[in-house]
Amino acid sequence: MTDEPLLRVSALSKFYGSRVGCENVSFDLWPGEVLAVVGESGSGKTTLLNCLSTRLLPSSGTASYRMRDGQFRELYRMSEAERRFLMRTDWGFVHQNPADGLRMTVSAGANVGERLMAVGDRHYGKIRATAVDWLSRVEIDEDRIDDEPRAFSGGMRQRLQIARNLVTGPRLVFMDEPTGGLDVSVQARLLDLLRGLVTDLGLAAIVVTHDLAVARLLSQRMMVMKDGRVVESGLTDRVLDDPRAPYTQLLVSSILQV
Amino acid sequence: MPTPLVVSDVAKSFTMHLRDGIKLPVVAGVSFSIRAGECAVLGGPSGAGKSSILKMLYGNYAVDEGQIIVQHADGLIDLATASPRTVLAVRRQTIGYVSQFLRTVPRVSALDVVAEPLVERGEDREAARGKARALLAQLNLPEKLWALPPATFSGGEQQRVNIARGFITHHPVLLLDEPTASLDARNRDVVIALIAEKKAAGVALLGIFHDHDVREAVADRIIDVTTFAAGKRAA
Amino acid sequence: MTAQSTDIATYNFAYLDEQTKRMIRRAILKGIAIPGYQVPFASREMPMPYGWGTGGVQVTASIIGPDDVLKVIDQGADDTTNAVSIRAFFRKVANVAVTTETAKASIIQTRHRIPEHPLKAGQVLVYQVPIPEPLRFLEPRETETRKMHALEEYGLMHVKLYEDIARHGRIATTYAYPVKVEGRYVMDPSPTPKFDNPKMHRSPALQLFGAGREKRIYAVPPFTDVVSLDFEDHPFEVQTFDQPCALCAAENVYLDEVILDDHGSHMFVCSDTDHCEKRRADGHRGHFAPETLAPGNMEPAQ
Repeated sequence: MTDEPLLRVSALSKFYGSRVGCENVSFDLWPGEVLAVVGESGSGKTTLLNCLSTRLLPSSGTASYRMRDGQFRELYRMSEAERRFLMRTDWGFVHQNPADGLRMTVSAGANVGERLMAVGDRHYGKIRATAVDWLSRVEIDEDRIDDEPRAFSGGMRQRLQIARNLVTGPRLVFMDEPTGGLDVSVQARLLDLLRGLVTDLGLAAIVVTHDLAVARLLSQRMMVMKDGRVVESGLTDRVLDDPRAPYTQLLVSSILQV
Repeated sequence: MPTPLVVSDVAKSFTMHLRDGIKLPVVAGVSFSIRAGECAVLGGPSGAGKSSILKMLYGNYAVDEGQIIVQHADGLIDLATASPRTVLAVRRQTIGYVSQFLRTVPRVSALDVVAEPLVERGEDREAARGKARALLAQLNLPEKLWALPPATFSGGEQQRVNIARGFITHHPVLLLDEPTASLDARNRDVVIALIAEKKAAGVALLGIFHDHDVREAVADRIIDVTTFAAGKRAA
Repeated sequence: MTAQSTDIATYNFAYLDEQTKRMIRRAILKGIAIPGYQVPFASREMPMPYGWGTGGVQVTASIIGPDDVLKVIDQGADDTTNAVSIRAFFRKVANVAVTTETAKASIIQTRHRIPEHPLKAGQVLVYQVPIPEPLRFLEPRETETRKMHALEEYGLMHVKLYEDIARHGRIATTYAYPVKVEGRYVMDPSPTPKFDNPKMHRSPALQLFGAGREKRIYAVPPFTDVVSLDFEDHPFEVQTFDQPCALCAAENVYLDEVILDDHGSHMFVCSDTDHCEKRRADGHRGHFAPETLAPGNMEPAQ
């Protein structure tokens, strides 16, 4: 644990014309920390995620990231080449729909190996061995390595997407509803896997979800968004057990008890 | 004796925004301190705010006013105003918590649930499992259950897993929220022994025990929560 | 300007108007300046369908002069429809000399082969290119592939080769085998067999590539590094043939399979017809050459 955050976000806003995407969002994220961003659809959480991951440029505000050399770099002042390099080495992005994050027509092994080849690995045997290792870490049988993700179930695709993202040892992973659209039993397995990987690898993560149970299980900190603004933030269990903002109370009281 | 935890003038209320913003006062003017090596017990009828006080001390409930000063990493921290990151660090190093109920995680075995707090603190996984085995054995949890996820355990079994998880680490301050509620006499005695061990090791303990016998056995003093009733000061 | 006086239409020299030729020459110059980079150009309608070499024809038309000698090959052969038609086209619209001899040509327009006879300085090889974008099959978005070229993000190219090895145990791509030009741009060498890839490397001739339908021109200037992509443990290799040309006994050349009858008998002969004829004129004989076999005694090779 270092004393400096990995990501510093200050007064970030994104407007679509006169409409607010997200407004005046500020927070720090430290290495190894998982931050959940919750809110209903349209609350601006995905806009925020896209701005942070530089898939979208904000209208105003800053975000600086501590590079591996310890220097902070202003994300929105980086060249596109630098941002894209960051995206495929030091960062990961797990999409809700695995088809958005995978190459559906190349094999599972190549999906995992692509980032390695992108950073210059040119040894087939080593790339394949790494792919085998990562498939096993996300609980995909080695004998599926040459199958295309098209032949995989939803849960397997999501696990493959995670392996593809983590193979270069990123320090920060963005996740957009990582368990959305999966069966409950498949969700549980995926969450457990994510929890283990995040702890083992010391990953920092920003997880966008509308599912408070996912937030509780994965994150230590939480931000609640409504209409583009952060209405409450704090420790995840504090926000869920003692919600203070009216909207958070509504959210928490809306959870179905099993 | 050092005093690792000092609570002064803490107040807490709930504002129910979904019910026209009515304000439910819980406690006010909460002031006490706990010395190392002592076990204080919060006393008072249910609804007096015992659990809420414990949760504020753990950072689980927000604090409206007052201070909760804890000795943490060679300094003093006010938990009432500390940042989430600081609260997490305090939980990791300084304040432990044994809740009433076990919040289970799918697919994680009872043994790993117990060992996890140590692993999170950087201890070797096998060494942590060794300590977890010893504790589970001490708490008489049948060995055949150790490899199973506790979600399907009985209340008493879950609670024993929970206790083992709470006692496995060495926190200078330990909060206990009715750890013996659904235990039989034999296991209650084990918990009493565990608490005595912690006391001997210089841990400051603060607990809620409804069971009269346990309270008698462990309490060095009782803190009467009714004196912190929120209505009192206002009246 | 050489306007032919005939009864019917007269063409501007080499068919294209002068402004178009200047535009294409600018694209060619830019391509030469940035080896392997695909330069967009305003491809014109040509009097032949797309897929028949409209890109190559426009490049040839823009660089050809009255003193040039043109050779046109289609898969190595001078005598196939496409080659004959394009040769006839330039004879008609530019009145240039044509040849089938590699050594005598100043411009060689080719569809999918590089002649066996080594090219020399001063010669220009014009490739007809159907799909110029090597990344296309893995990344269909043109906006994205252009960005990948700009940022030199070529990991995807190795994904394709990885897939080959995973599926076939070796790199099974045998034509349009991707190359890296001058250490920078990844380029599709057009659907030439990978056998020809090494000939592109540091070739003394200028190599120009025209894709008419896709409106792209790119170039490899003389003596430019052209390296075929591969893996450390699966290095690039060219095809080898276990028998020589059936007609001229040439080895280490690219061979075509020719089916002889309805029973599946076949023989392997030089794909480069000019090369084959030259060798036979020099007295080389393969085991299936007509001169070797007595008439009526033709036995198919097995």
